[in-house]
Amino acid sequence: MWQKILRDPQAATTLSILAVVFVLGALAPLIAPHGPNDADLGMVNAPVGTPGYPLGADESGRDILSRLLHSVNTAAVSALIGTSVAVAVGVTAGLVGGYFNRVTQSLTEWLFALLMTLPGVLLLVILMPVTGGDYRATMFIFGFLLAPGIYRIVRNLVLAVKNELYVDAARVSGLGTFRILGRHVLSIVRGPIIIAAAFMAGTAIVTQSGLAFLGVGSLEIPSFGAMISSGFRNLYIAPTQFLWPSLLLGVITASLVLLGNALRDTLEGSKPKPVKVGSGQRVVATTHVPDDEAPEALLTIRDLGIAYPGVSGELNEVVRGVNLSIAQGEVLGLVGESGSGKSQTAFSTLGVLPPEAVITSGSIRFQDREMLGLNDQQLAGVRGREIAYIPQEPMSNLDPSFRVGAQLVEGVRAATGTSKADARERVLALLDRCGISDPERTYDSYPHEISGGMAQRVLIAGAVASRPKLLIADEPTTALDVTVQAEILDLLRDLLEELDMAVLLVTHNFGLVADICDRVAVMKTGEIVEVGDTESIFAAPRHEYTRMLLDSILDEDTVRTDPPTTVEGATS
Amino acid sequence: MSLLEIEALRVSFPGKGFRARPHEVLHGIDLEIGHGETLGLVGESGSGKTTIGRAVLGLVKPSGGAIRFAGQEISGLRGKARRGLASHVQVVFQDPYTSLNPSMTIGDILAEPLVVHGASARDARSRVRTLLDHVGLPSDAIDRLPREFSGGQRQRVAIARALAPGPKLIVCDEPVSALDLSTQARVLDLLVDIQRETGVAYLFVSHDLAVVRHISHRVAVLYRGDLVETGDAATVTSTPEHPYTQRLLLAAPVADPATQRARREQRKQFLASTT
Repeated sequence: MWQKILRDPQAATTLSILAVVFVLGALAPLIAPHGPNDADLGMVNAPVGTPGYPLGADESGRDILSRLLHSVNTAAVSALIGTSVAVAVGVTAGLVGGYFNRVTQSLTEWLFALLMTLPGVLLLVILMPVTGGDYRATMFIFGFLLAPGIYRIVRNLVLAVKNELYVDAARVSGLGTFRILGRHVLSIVRGPIIIAAAFMAGTAIVTQSGLAFLGVGSLEIPSFGAMISSGFRNLYIAPTQFLWPSLLLGVITASLVLLGNALRDTLEGSKPKPVKVGSGQRVVATTHVPDDEAPEALLTIRDLGIAYPGVSGELNEVVRGVNLSIAQGEVLGLVGESGSGKSQTAFSTLGVLPPEAVITSGSIRFQDREMLGLNDQQLAGVRGREIAYIPQEPMSNLDPSFRVGAQLVEGVRAATGTSKADARERVLALLDRCGISDPERTYDSYPHEISGGMAQRVLIAGAVASRPKLLIADEPTTALDVTVQAEILDLLRDLLEELDMAVLLVTHNFGLVADICDRVAVMKTGEIVEVGDTESIFAAPRHEYTRMLLDSILDEDTVRTDPPTTVEGATS
Repeated sequence: MSLLEIEALRVSFPGKGFRARPHEVLHGIDLEIGHGETLGLVGESGSGKTTIGRAVLGLVKPSGGAIRFAGQEISGLRGKARRGLASHVQVVFQDPYTSLNPSMTIGDILAEPLVVHGASARDARSRVRTLLDHVGLPSDAIDRLPREFSGGQRQRVAIARALAPGPKLIVCDEPVSALDLSTQARVLDLLVDIQRETGVAYLFVSHDLAVVRHISHRVAVLYRGDLVETGDAATVTSTPEHPYTQRLLLAAPVADPATQRARREQRKQFLASTT
C-alpha cells in the first residue's frame, strides 16, 4: 500500500513537505535560536533580516522564527490528539453500531446524531473552565466532536461488508465476533479511515489555531493562532509578522487536504474520466466493404476487432477478426464461456460498448448501412426501432422509480411517435401478447412489484413494440428459473414466427441453442472458432474447443451410481 | 444413525414495516443425510433451498423444528458451542467472487480456520499446502490474492477452505452455478473425488437438475417452502412422481436439437393435461 501511495506525485510531494515541517518542529529545541517566550525589549518589532532574528521579532521582542518552529509542535500535538481520539471513538462505535443488532445500531446512531448537533468551537470555548485552558485537553474533547465523521464512514462500510459471503464463511469457520470484526471488517475500512484522518488532522490544527487566535487558552503556548493574532494587531506597523504564521499554517493544512485527496485517488482508485455523451463508440479503424460486395444478409459483421486500454495505455484486443452474418428471420446463437467476447460483439452491434472500448478494425453492416462510426443521434433511427435488445438482468434494466407502463410508453413513443393514448393501448396489447395475464395491473406496477420472469416479459414487450428486424438477446434467461426460462423461450419462438424477426442470441447454454437457434457461432478468447447450422454443430463439431464444450455438458443419462462412502473414522 | 437430521424445520423472516407479520419461508421440512452421502436439494428461486442450508450452518435462526447433527441438537447453539461445530460442518458458497476476502492472501484465508482451532502457524502452513494440492491448485497460490484467480480456481480455494478443518458435512450452496460449463464439470468431479477420499457428506443446494443428478445419491425437491418429493437421484431426476418435479424436468432444455424438440412437445402436452 505504501509503495502505491509514494508513487503518486501529489501524495509524495505533500508527504515530504509535511515531513520536513514536522521534523523541523520536532528539532525546535535544538535548532531554534531563541526560546519561544524569550522576550528582548530591544528587539520589539525587529524587521526581517535582523542578525539573530532572521524573520524579525514580534511586539514583545520574541524571535518569530523560533516561535514558528515551536508552534509546529503545538500543531502536531493538536492534530495527533484530535485525530487519534476521533479515530478511536469513531472506529469502535462504527464497528459496534454497524455489526450488532438493531437496538445497538439505533442507540449509537442516536448518540452520534446528538454529538453532531453540538456547535464545535462554541462548546470548546464554554468548556474552558473544565479544560483549564490546556490546548491538549481541548483537542481531546474536539476529538469526540470529530468522531461522527469517522463513525459514519465505518458504520456504512460495516453494514455493506457484514452480509458479504466471506464474513458468513468466517462465521462458519468458527471465528468469534471480535476476530471477524478485527480481521475481515477492519481491513476493509482501513483505507477510508486513513483518508479521513488526513482531513481531520487539518481540521484539528485549524481549530486549535482559531481558538488561540480568539485568545482561548494559555498565552504561554506558542501557536499559529496566537502568532497570527499578535501579527494582526501589528498589521500596520510590521505587516510581515502576520505573514509568516499564516503562510506556514496554510502550507500545513493545504498539504493535509491535498494528501487526503491523493490518498483517496490511490487507495480508492481515481474517478473515471468524464466522457462526452452521444458521440458513439470510439472507432480507430474500419474495414471498408465496397457496396457492390455488400452481402444480402440482414446483419453482416466483418473482421471486427474490439480492444480495451490496459493499465499503461496499451490496447488489449478482446475481440479479433470476427465474421458473422444473420439472415432475415434467422436465429443465430453466439456461444462461448465468460471472457470469450460474445457480449462485446453483441454490444458493438448496438453501439453501446463502454466508453473506454476501442473498435480497432472491421465493419458492421445492418440493412446495407455501415453502423460503425455512427453517433448516438444517427443510431437513434435504428436502435429501438430496427434493432431491439433484451438484457440478462431484466430488473436492472427497468427504472425502479417509474411504473412499468410509463417506461414502455416512453419507449414506444420514442420509436413510433404516436400519441400517449395510442401508445398506452399498444403497450397493453403487447403485454397481453407477451403472456402477461393481467396487463392493466402490470402496467400500473413498479418494477419491484413484479417477478423476474414478468420483468423479462415486460422488456420483451418493449423490445418488439416497434416490430424490429433484429433482436439482440444477451443471455436473456440466465437470471431466470428454468420453468420461467421455458416459458420465455416459448414466447420468443411465437414472436419470431409472427414478426419474421432475426435474433442474435448470446448464451453459454447449449440447451437454449438446441431449443431455438438455427445456426451457431462458437467463440473462444475473442475469436470465432466455428460456425455452422445447429444440427451439424451438435452432431459433428469440427473444432476441438466446440467438442470440449459439448463434452462438458452434464447429460441426462449419467446418474451417480457409487454408494455413499464410509471411510474409516468418518463414522461416529 | 444419520449424520444430519432435520425435523419439521420452520424459518420465518420478519415482515417489512412496523409490526408486519413475519413471512414464513420454510413450512416444516424433514430431511436427513447419512455419512458420506450427497443429498441434492433442488428448487427454484424463492423455494427456500438456500435457507435450509443457512439454517444448518447457524446463519439463520429457525422459528421451529429441530436440526440434529450426529444426534446432537444444534439449531439453538450459540457462541462457543456453535463455533465448536465449525470443524464438523462447513460451507462452499455460490459466488466465488464475494466469498473470499479480497484483501487477504489465499494462504491467510485457508490458514484462518486452522489457527482459530489452535494450530500453530507452521502446521497451518504445511496443511494449507496439502489442501491446495488436494484441490488441484499450485502451491505458489499461497501468497497470492483472490483477484489473481479465475472463478473456477477461486471456487477451488473455497472448497479447500471448507475442507481445512476436516469436516463431516459440507453445505454446498450452488457451488458451480456461477462457473463456466467446462469449469463446472471439473469442479463437480473434484467434489466427487474428495467425497470418495474423505467420506464427507454434502448438502448440495442447486437449481439445476443436471448438476444435482451428477453428484447426488438422493434428491429432495423443494417448492415454495415445502418438500414435494424425496428419493434416490435416478428416480427423482429421471422419472419423477410429483407434477412440479415433472414440470421442472421438462422445462430444462437438452443440448440436442432432436431430443429437445421432442421434449418441447412433451412439455406442451404435459402443461395442457394439467391445466
